[in-house]
Amino acid sequence: MSSTTLPLKRRAPIRPARVLLHVFLAGTALAWLAPLLWAVYSALRPYSETSTKGYVSWPDKLTFENFTNAFKQSDMLHYFGNTLIVAVPAVLLTLFLSSCVAFYVSRFDFRLNLALLLVFTAGNLLPQQVIITPLYRLYLLTNLPGITASGKLYDSALGLVLIHVAFQSGFCAFVLSNYMRSLPHELTEAALVDGASVWRLYWQITLPLCKPAMAALATLLSIWIYNDFFWALVLISTGENMPITSALNNLSGQYFTDPNLVAAGSLLTAIPTLIVYFALQRQFVSGLTLGSNKG
Amino acid sequence: MTTDTTTKTPGAAAAAPPGPTPEKKRATQGHRRLLTRRDRITLALMAGVPTILHVALVWVTAIASIFLAFTTWDGIGFDSIKWVGLDNFKQLFNDNPQFWPAVEHNVIWFVVLILIPTPFGLFLAVQLDKKIRFSRVYQTAFFLPVVISMACIGFVWQLVYNPDTGLINSIIGANKPGHYIDWIGDPHLNLWAVLIAASWRHTGYMMILYLAGLKSVDPSLREAAALDGAGEWQTFKHVIFPTLRPTNTVVLVVTIIEALRAFDLVFVFNKGAQGTELLSILVTNNIIGESSRIGYGSAIAVVLLVISLAVIIPYLIATFRKERRA
Repeated sequence: MSSTTLPLKRRAPIRPARVLLHVFLAGTALAWLAPLLWAVYSALRPYSETSTKGYVSWPDKLTFENFTNAFKQSDMLHYFGNTLIVAVPAVLLTLFLSSCVAFYVSRFDFRLNLALLLVFTAGNLLPQQVIITPLYRLYLLTNLPGITASGKLYDSALGLVLIHVAFQSGFCAFVLSNYMRSLPHELTEAALVDGASVWRLYWQITLPLCKPAMAALATLLSIWIYNDFFWALVLISTGENMPITSALNNLSGQYFTDPNLVAAGSLLTAIPTLIVYFALQRQFVSGLTLGSNKG
Repeated sequence: MTTDTTTKTPGAAAAAPPGPTPEKKRATQGHRRLLTRRDRITLALMAGVPTILHVALVWVTAIASIFLAFTTWDGIGFDSIKWVGLDNFKQLFNDNPQFWPAVEHNVIWFVVLILIPTPFGLFLAVQLDKKIRFSRVYQTAFFLPVVISMACIGFVWQLVYNPDTGLINSIIGANKPGHYIDWIGDPHLNLWAVLIAASWRHTGYMMILYLAGLKSVDPSLREAAALDGAGEWQTFKHVIFPTLRPTNTVVLVVTIIEALRAFDLVFVFNKGAQGTELLSILVTNNIIGESSRIGYGSAIAVVLLVISLAVIIPYLIATFRKERRA
């Protein structure tokens, strides 16, 4: 290439192809957001207005009334609380246990390592319905008087935490073991020779180095577990005990009489995940691709 | 993954890690004798506790599904479990009017996802990879549906599809009685309506996976192609796409798993009634529906398990073989 092309490149001339690309991308992006924007628009309008004027019409007024009504009428705070008491321990426990397994598998060369990792990874890829029937029976049969309010594993936050941890630790163990394998062995070797305990190697030396991967996985897990619909649908029977996503499904049939209110309610459930996503976008995306691209 | 579809999907992107790891795994073996008794107990607990939890809740239940598929059980006492051999499967294959449609719909689900949103996600990724302005903004728009729960997506799309108040019918004027187009109720339309919503989400997911794949393409390859005078399409076809092979494998596996896991969206839409039956829905109906036929429900789960393992096993063998070599 001749030297004259370089300064040209730096000035980045407006090329028709680029303009066309931007028009295409902006148009597609807008079309992509359309269903969500439509939900926002519906939620901002009172039912009385849309029922007389129709939904595709110019608004007389836009209010947040549907949002506040949905929030109060359906007792959303309570269900957010239900989600929180499942999601927080589930995310922390998953990270802790899967990092333990990953540490074991990646730092020590025992014979069954690969098989162990295989079991975890394959388990995470199974569709949930494959295991639900026996799991449901198992939860009904497990009596825990005094430990859970229902007296069983069934219909309890503990039950949901356990299945989330069991299921998600497959993915996390796989990702973390890959990550730990890329850490230099000299670090732990030197400490081991110096007489450090295995726990110290894990807790004080390996884990701090895994912070980026842990942060990515924590973001991903929070969103996945928050968004869970299936486990809660089957393993929780009392409406009161449901986390927010399945509670909304319950309520949309019972209390909500107009689509605007349903729109407001479902958008409210999406807000926490959107906040997490916008705050930790980089972690989320790198978490999704950790499994697929990192060595 | 599982927020995948489900929720998960999880769709978990557990996947092929290429790239060599420079360290030798054998290095620690020599230090095994350095481990004290306490260290060994610590290690046993570290590996044991998570394994017991995972195996008990995931693998033991999966195996129990296989066992129960050959029995009838009312779920009340263990002594009511009766061995019936292949009866459940015979009934399922011959007499259940929902089974074959469900299999067909799961297949359609996969074919649609792999033919429409997957290439479109790749296309978007290639465009966004050109280091253009506002790339982040576009990415976010396409990716937003992946962050939102499937259940919520179901509610949002119902607002679009609703026969008398929905966006589509209002725009095309099909919202008057007698002129309804019932996107969700009509058994000829509803699967496609759900699939549009599913594709809407899947595109963003695929875009992110491909964007990550494209970032790892060696820039010198592009330069070499440009020097050889290759056009944009030629470069993509002969240089970029072949290097995306590991990503393509992941994408294929993720898409198959998502198609098998599909549940939330359909359940919120119409509970998998007429026209949207799926294997996952049939299994679930046996638990939360009125009829609790455990053996029969397990037989459907076994069908799902066999299909899943047919995908998971070869994929994992390939992945782990690569890893061992590394």
